[in-house]
Amino acid sequence: MAGEATQQLTTKELWAGKRSPFSISYGKMMMWFFLISDALTFTGFLASLAFMRVYFADVWPITENIFYHFPFFHHTELPLLYVAFMTFILIISSVTMVLAVEAGHRMDKKGVTKWLFLTVIGGAVFLGSQAWEWSTFIQGSEYGAYDMGDGTMGRILNEEGTEILMRDGSVVTGAEAADIKSTQRVVKGANLIENEYGLPLYADFFFFITGFHGTHVLSGVIINLLILLRVRKGEFEETGHYEMVEKVGLYWHFIDLVWVFVFTFFYLV
Amino acid sequence: MKRDDIIEYSLHNHHSEEEGVKKRKEIWKVTIILSVITIIEVTMGIMLGKVGFLNDQAAWDMIKLAYIGLTVVKAGYIIMTFMHLGEERKPLRWLILAPYMFFALYLLFFLLVEANADVKI
Repeated sequence: MAGEATQQLTTKELWAGKRSPFSISYGKMMMWFFLISDALTFTGFLASLAFMRVYFADVWPITENIFYHFPFFHHTELPLLYVAFMTFILIISSVTMVLAVEAGHRMDKKGVTKWLFLTVIGGAVFLGSQAWEWSTFIQGSEYGAYDMGDGTMGRILNEEGTEILMRDGSVVTGAEAADIKSTQRVVKGANLIENEYGLPLYADFFFFITGFHGTHVLSGVIINLLILLRVRKGEFEETGHYEMVEKVGLYWHFIDLVWVFVFTFFYLV
Repeated sequence: MKRDDIIEYSLHNHHSEEEGVKKRKEIWKVTIILSVITIIEVTMGIMLGKVGFLNDQAAWDMIKLAYIGLTVVKAGYIIMTFMHLGEERKPLRWLILAPYMFFALYLLFFLLVEANADVKI
């Protein structure tokens, strides 16, 4: 942030040695290197998702028909709203983190403590939401779905199984529904082998991508908490700078950044 | 013995109260931009799904491109403002972004070409 990097220095001075040509400390540099490699891992996940998404475009599940649950609103379908809420929480916790870094640059211990604490809370709320999202996904819809045999599923809308919501949005009833009921098997919930929303592959991607991201959030919350304790102890007052907050801040923003892409490529596109 | 020829870059990052006010203003500005983009994305997702042109492939492609564009804008704000990459030296910016972009676009290009291939397994 500003500082050394904004000083006007000639290329010769910068690269003559005895200094960082990038005007950056070793720790921050290594955090950036780690983030690049981690970003490539996530890119691998999302690129393979893109491959399958395009390859199986005709039968790929429609997200609005999967993530329509919202806590405390059991009988209304609110597609994507909860995921949007989670995205919002993560963006806000990213903001509180950048405010903690800013407070650190003013050596404002109280400010750093306050904003870092709020960041930890935001991360915890996100993790809780993630857990709820997973359990909802694993449990599945109220009555399950019929395996249509072509990779798509028909969600059962009533207890008797005579009303079926197809992938294309049409609702099948009457003789046709009775025919499906008598010939196709019912799948309820999702796991790595079966998925009532469509291709099992879709559930695999869901668990791996959001799971890998969730693991990052979990470790991020733990690291933030540890740094918060060190801030409270006044360790960084002694060192004279709050760069440690800046470094964990980079990691935390990266988690937000990944979620922005997961939100788009998993839920929206 | 403490060396005196080492530059403590972290100490240079301190700023005054007045600069802090300016920085916070910038942070809140970016917060509002990010929130508005998210709201636009979700509204698009909910409203457009109900309009019923599910079968109009060209329209969907446009919407998906719009999503990807909005996401890249969001990512740009997060990296440049929240992660302060915009304030770092230019060579560092390229050192971080260029290798990543190269590998990411390389992978995406080949996977998407393969996914669209006529030969299906």
